[in-house]
Amino acid sequence: MMNYFKMAYRNLGRHRRRSVLSGLALAMGTALLMFVAAFFQGEMRSSLETTLRLNTGHIQVRDADYDPDKLSVAWDYLIENPDQVAAQIETLDQVQAATPRLLASGIVSVRDDSSGVEIMGVDPASSANDPYRHLVSGDFVTADDREGIVIGYPLAESLGLKVGGQLTLLINTSDGNVDEQVFTVRGIFTTGSTAYDKGIVLLPLAKAQAFSGAENHASMIFVLLKDREQAEAVAAAMPSQNFQVKTWRELNSLLVLINDFSNAYITFINLIVLGVTATVIINTLLMSVFERTREIGILTAIGMKGRQIITLFLAEASLLALGGVTFGSLAGWALSAYFAKVGIYFGDLGISQGMILDDRIYPYLTLDSAINLIVTAFIITVLASLYPARLASRMEPVEALHGAK
Amino acid sequence: MEVAKLTDVTRVYKIGEVETRALNGVSITIGDGEFTSLVGPSGSGKTTLLQLIGCLDQPTSGKVIIDGKETTNLNRNQRANLRKGTIGFVFQFFALIPTLTAYENVEMPLLLNGKNSTERKQRVLELLKAVDMSERAHHRPDQLSGGQQQRVAVARALATNPKLILADEPTANLDTENGEQVMEIMKRLNKETGTTFVFATHDPRVIKYATRVVTLRDGVIEKDNHTPAK
Repeated sequence: MMNYFKMAYRNLGRHRRRSVLSGLALAMGTALLMFVAAFFQGEMRSSLETTLRLNTGHIQVRDADYDPDKLSVAWDYLIENPDQVAAQIETLDQVQAATPRLLASGIVSVRDDSSGVEIMGVDPASSANDPYRHLVSGDFVTADDREGIVIGYPLAESLGLKVGGQLTLLINTSDGNVDEQVFTVRGIFTTGSTAYDKGIVLLPLAKAQAFSGAENHASMIFVLLKDREQAEAVAAAMPSQNFQVKTWRELNSLLVLINDFSNAYITFINLIVLGVTATVIINTLLMSVFERTREIGILTAIGMKGRQIITLFLAEASLLALGGVTFGSLAGWALSAYFAKVGIYFGDLGISQGMILDDRIYPYLTLDSAINLIVTAFIITVLASLYPARLASRMEPVEALHGAK
Repeated sequence: MEVAKLTDVTRVYKIGEVETRALNGVSITIGDGEFTSLVGPSGSGKTTLLQLIGCLDQPTSGKVIIDGKETTNLNRNQRANLRKGTIGFVFQFFALIPTLTAYENVEMPLLLNGKNSTERKQRVLELLKAVDMSERAHHRPDQLSGGQQQRVAVARALATNPKLILADEPTANLDTENGEQVMEIMKRLNKETGTTFVFATHDPRVIKYATRVVTLRDGVIEKDNHTPAK
């Protein structure tokens, strides 16, 4: 077998430029695909993490009749004595934090500018609200603050608000009316997602309850777990009477679906790019077969069998694949590693179906996907060489010796 | 003992609608240890006859028996196997593998025959010495002259101790001195090893070495006589 590789190596060296260019095509394809895989994985991973961290948590406990799309603060749809329920949930070992949240819809206005927002009443002491504590300026609200509000940086920018500035907040109350009050901006936060930050304002839970008329009620208990894979087990252990308990998988079914879809999409792109690369390899080896027709005739004349000629060409393809895929993988890995550090800035990507995207995407390359790609690229290259190899092996010695096809 | 026996062999090539009868009912027997020349003008069928004896091609009709084996019904791999162990080739063009050194070219048939490295080394060195190419063992074909390449080709043809060596115009691309040298070597090996040689040629320098001269014309044997060896 070593002799086949020795011959293959020398044969590739005959047209060094052509071999290098073919290897380079394979390397570029592999590098590109590795980066694309890392990009998609990074995007999906950060989207899922951001969505869980900011929006859905790992588990939500809600009133049995609560409809998250309506943001109603009517008592019938809310959890009563949410602090007690949250405290009870927090006693579970797997739970990292459980905190009540009240969600209502409202409008923020400053002079002539206004913007529709989601008003979220939070317990400022809970670690579940840490993502909102990345403050551009000012401080987070305290539990007993009755006039303070925390808003996102893009909203502050669009309304020309700074810390200490005032805004009027209009809220839909529990009795179906609206109420309004002037609040003072205590802090301006950024979560990393422009789309999310421009549509949400935070009040202390007690103030939000009083302002909306929800009193001692909350829309949900937002639960973060130590390990999100435990969500189903923990959900099963939670009080379910009069409540609906939703895990992150149920709350983000679309995101989970998109994640699965993206894997299929990556496979599809892999096949297209590797298919194109394979044609380059086929072309290189076909040229080689035609140029070496007489040589194949000589080898056949001295007793080389078809199978051995196929092995010779497969060895050439394997060496091309080894060089191209190795170089491409290193380049793809380096590219992914660099952008994993600095990120790729996309700006406001919006929120779609509850899926929150960060403004900056950090590629994330998994060992699994890297190995998967390397093996696929190698196999496709070697498979691509089968056609020229078979063509060479089926040449009639007499025709081959005369240099005919 | 006969090495090759062809009976009523015809070979017709068809290119498009045109049929060319390269051999037309040829019968010939090549005996063990012969040093035979196939002569005749271009297109007389010498190369075709050589290719049929060498199992590189198959007859349109007739029977070809090589080393006692009927070859007409053998498939591609079976013919390759027969060639590997029984027949060696020397071609008009210096048919060496350009990426391999002289040593490796001679070694190739031994590799294909599954010889171990010790056997291979011993045999290759012995053969390169026999053709006076030991000094250039590790040169590639493009670093050798035409005569040297042809001597390596002779060594390769002999590598597996074949019963029969077929040479198609072996001196056609060589100058007089190199041509004589190659023929001397082949003649010597014929005598020393008893290997049968069959040449297709119209070079008088080659013909004078032959113990038997078979003349072909228009695909049939016109004359077949024996010439005393010099």
